[in-house]
Parts: sequence; structure tokens; C-alpha cells
Amino acid sequence: MDLLNNLALGFSTASTPANLGFCLIGVLLGTLIGVLPGIGATATIAMLLPITFQIGDPVSSLIMLAGIYYGAQYGGSTTAILINMPGESSSAVTAIDGYQMARQGRAGAALAIAAIGSFFAGTVSTFLVAVFAPPLTAIALQFGAAEYFSLMIVGLVSSIALAHGSIVKALAMVVLGLLLGIVGTDIYTGAPRFTLGIREYADGLNFVAVAVGVFGVAEILRNLENEHERSVLISKVSGLMPTRDDFKRMAAPIVRGTIIGSALGILPGGGAVLAAFASYSVEKRVSKTPQEFGKGAIAGVAGPESANNAGAQTSFIPMLTLGIPANPVMALMIGAMIIQGIVPGPNVATEQPALFWGIIASMWIGNLMLIILNLPLIGLWVKLLTIPYYVLFPIIMAFCSIGVYSVNTNAFDLYAVAFFGLLGYVLTKLRCEPAPLLLGFVLGPLLEENLRRAMILSRGDASTFLTRPISAGLLLVALAVLVIVFLPSVKKKREEVFVEES
Amino acid sequence: MKPFAIDRTNGLCAALFIFFGAFFALQSLSLEIGTALRMGPGYFPLVLAIVLILLGAIILVQAIRVEGEPIGPVAWRGMLFILPAPIFFGLTVRGLGFVPSIFLTALIAAFASGRMKPLTALVLSAGLTLFSVLVFSYALGLPFQRFGPWLPSWLAL
Repeated sequence: MDLLNNLALGFSTASTPANLGFCLIGVLLGTLIGVLPGIGATATIAMLLPITFQIGDPVSSLIMLAGIYYGAQYGGSTTAILINMPGESSSAVTAIDGYQMARQGRAGAALAIAAIGSFFAGTVSTFLVAVFAPPLTAIALQFGAAEYFSLMIVGLVSSIALAHGSIVKALAMVVLGLLLGIVGTDIYTGAPRFTLGIREYADGLNFVAVAVGVFGVAEILRNLENEHERSVLISKVSGLMPTRDDFKRMAAPIVRGTIIGSALGILPGGGAVLAAFASYSVEKRVSKTPQEFGKGAIAGVAGPESANNAGAQTSFIPMLTLGIPANPVMALMIGAMIIQGIVPGPNVATEQPALFWGIIASMWIGNLMLIILNLPLIGLWVKLLTIPYYVLFPIIMAFCSIGVYSVNTNAFDLYAVAFFGLLGYVLTKLRCEPAPLLLGFVLGPLLEENLRRAMILSRGDASTFLTRPISAGLLLVALAVLVIVFLPSVKKKREEVFVEES
Repeated sequence: MKPFAIDRTNGLCAALFIFFGAFFALQSLSLEIGTALRMGPGYFPLVLAIVLILLGAIILVQAIRVEGEPIGPVAWRGMLFILPAPIFFGLTVRGLGFVPSIFLTALIAAFASGRMKPLTALVLSAGLTLFSVLVFSYALGLPFQRFGPWLPSWLAL
């Protein structure tokens, strides 16, 4: 049994005391920052990313990063339930019924249901990742430059399809991200490009600086727009354990949510968000009491939360096997891998099995830690919600500055933080979502390299992308996605979904 | 005919994309373009830059004569104090050293909110500095000079 051997390798890697410790710190820090209102999972990870580089070992640092991710997601659900302020769009659905449950004095139960649902979904989808990752890796190993190029096109196009608002804007954001990504020295000729003569940017713009700027700083600025008092609903969360009746009512939604989430999470471009929405509408449809939805339905918390977490987990599949990020968080993971000297892609599984399976095993361990730790600690997280925002952001800015500077000891990275903070904020104000930009930024150099290599291999014949069957198939998928998004009926439906959300 | 009107949000957005496209296009032209077979360093970015300009143009066309939503409040004060904070840290961390630099960085950022009182800001920055020095400098052992060469040497601990 290869699967069992691999999982055993993974668990023995992930459960060394040091790695367990890093996972624990990651989960705690992730929840700590993620629970701060208005700061979503992506921003949390961007801010904490530099800390993980202080660990020398890439396995430990990626395990910690994964821990931060789960923690941040759970933290986001906590704020969604307690103060109706989802940090991320994927927990926006949880806020609908979770907040209503909290208002009815059932905050504890809502939080516990979210945690239990997430844990179940996490367990199932971790197993799915372990089952599906190796065969996909085997396929990916057959890929040449043309296939990689086409695959990245699929990824970028799907990220556009799932972005909010105008499709043209999202497309422009991708292109801008690609351009920003290729700032630095050209790998073939060594010519410096777009560095404005600044030697410090010869290695390209620092990925951490871009992520912290576009997500972290821009988010702080947005929160500073109108500082109104947050009303924290509950000072004390009691009645944590769901009743027997609650359990009965949450079981089926959790299972359905897990299935929906696992399937949709693999989609590039934000499967977790879609999964949460899909699960909510499915639950509403199959429910015998649809009128309860929006007024504190248990299924409305259990389903989307499970879907959300399952989707978050399975989005690791394209990242681990193909080196293609499915969402901004995976883009951050890939950026972290590159900084650690690991080339993301199908070779990771064969060349670094301990890393590959260690991350998969740590997913489950991270989920377990979340449920063991966070249920008792909910009281503490609730207290954090009462810290005024103006106290928080000087702290965040200071830590971001230290963190970004410590990656390369390069002051120019800090100037890039300010620039990208401004750019990210301006673009958000102009209703352009930053996620496609970050995906473009990560994929820019890879896309160019594979394009140039494919063209050299085919002796300058661009039809190589269409004559190679896998590449042609992938490009067809990309085209189909674009066509579907522009179809009038889909366009309308898409707008409805995003309107509902905001 | 209706008077000329433009949706301000999308107009600005288009202008921004066209500006970036033009910047990258002009810069690409000074690089070797090459051919489709052997692409030079300027080939791919030039193509992307032209696409970006075109997308900007599409957004611009869409913006004309469409009533848009207003941009909404802008965090001017936030930008004025938040954005300089990392720049200040970058400029001074070597010269002043880690301790004064991070203290002042936090202090600058603290004033981004109208609700912050000067005394609170001082106490917060001081506490933050103490914590950062303990965690980042002593515990994690980041190679920061705690007090830099711009300060009199008797301060260097």
C-alpha cells in the first residue's frame, strides 16, 4: 500500500516535536491575527509569512505556514459569527446565519458547529489530497513547456472568472500582475528589466513585500476609512457544546458541504468562496424549513463552513502537484517555497517526499489542533475583539516592517511595501480585486519562461500550443471558461451572487 | 445629445492601467525585442503591455456616459501616516539602529487614526519596541544592530 506508506512518512515528518510545535505556533498566530476584524486570511498569511522564513528548515516553515492558514480561516469565521464581520469572502456566508445564532445567545454553539464541521471536512479532504495528488503528479511529469504555459493560462482565466466585479478589470489586474512579476533580470540574457536603474530590484520585486503591501497595508487603509465603533455582541460565550438536537441537524449539511467543497476547491481562482455559496444554496433548497435561513439556521452555518474548509484543503492539490496556485493563499505558499529554494511542481513529490507528505499530514494535524485548542480558547479570542483598531494597526505595521526587512535585509523591499500598499488601496477603491494581480505576479516569470522555451522547442511555430493534445485541451478549457463567463445569463447570475455577498 | 459624462471610478481605473501599460511598453522598447523564435527580454513584456493598454481603453469606453457609484471615503490621513512608516524604517534601521527606528516607525503609524491620543501612542510604541527587541533581536536572533552609528557610541549596548 503506497498510500499508507506515504501517509506514514508524512505523519512521521509532521509529528516530530519541533514540527508539531511549529504547527501549533502557526495555528495560534493565525487565529490570533485572523480573529482581528477586517483582516482576512490572505492578509494574515501575508503578514506572518516573513516569520516563517526565520525557521531554517523548509518543511517546518511550510508546516507552520499551513497552520497559519487554518488558524486564520477559523479566526475569520469567529469574527463572522460574533460581530458579523467576515474577514474573507469565504466566511461571508457563515456570517448570515452564524451572526443570527449569536444574537439568539447561541454563539458558543455556532462556533462549535463551525469548528466540528471544519474538522470533519478537513479530515475527509486531507485524505482526498493524499489519494489524488500522486496520480496527478504522474500526469504532470509528462508536461512540457507548452503544456505548462497552457495550464497557467487556465489558472489565470479561472481566477478572473471567480473574481468580483468587472471581468475586464480582473483581466487587466492579471496582466498588470504578470508585468510586475517579470521586473528584474532576464534569465536568458541577464538584461535588467523595469528596475528603473535600481540595483536592489535586479532580483525582481520581493514577493513578500508585494503581498504585504497589496493585502496587508491596503486592508489597513481601507479599515481606516471610516472608524466606527464595533459593537461586540457577546462578552461571554457560554453553552459551547451543541445539543443532541444540534448534532442531528448539522450532520447531513456537514457531509454535503464536504462533498461540494472538495469538488469545487480544486478549481483555480477561489474555489473555497464558491464552495461556501454553493453549499448555502444547496442547504436552503433541500431544507424542510427554508424559512429559517437568514434567521439562525444551523445548516446555514454547518454546510458552508465545512464546504469552505474542504475547499481550502483540496486547493492544495493543484499547488502541490502542478505548482499552480488555485487562490491567493496558495500563491503565497508557492512564493514561500521559491524563497526556500524549492521549485514548486510535480518534482516536489518525487524529490522531496518528506516535504510533500509532511505538508499533507500537517493539514490534518493542524485541523485537529484547531478543534482542541480553539474551542477552549474562544473566550480569549472574544476578548481580542474588544481591542480598539487604532491600537492594532501600529503594531501590525511595525511587525510587517520588521518581517519584510528580515527576509533579505533590503531596505528597498520596505519602499516596495509602501508603493504596493498605495497601489493596492487605490486599485481596491477603483473596484479592482487584488487577488488576480497576485496570481499574475507569481506566475509571470514562469509563464514567460515556458512560453519562450516552448517557442524555441517548436522552432518559432506558435501552433505547438494547439498541436500538442494536452496543451490544446487545456487552452480549450480556458476558452470555454471565458466564453461561459461572458454569456449574458451567466454574467447576470454571477453579478447576483456577488451582490448578495456584499 | 447628453453632455459628456464619465464614470469617475472607471475613468481613473482606465487611466491607471493605460499609464502602467505605457510605462512597461516604453521600457520594453529599449530592450531587445527579438523574434517569436528567439524572444528577447522585451518581447513578452511588450505584448503584455499592449494588452494592458487595450484593456484600459475598453474600460475607458465602458466608463463613458455611465452613471457610476461614487468612490466613497478615502483614508487620506491613513495614507499620510501608514505609508511613510515602512519607508522610515527602511531609511533608518541601519543608521539609527533597530530600537529607535522601530519605536519611531510605530509612533508614525499610530497617528494614522484620529482617535489615537499622544500619550497612548507613546506608551504603545514603547511597549511594542520592548516586545520586538526581546522577540526579534534576542529570541529569534535577527541580525539587527540595536543602536546604529548615527547615535553617540555610549548608547550602544
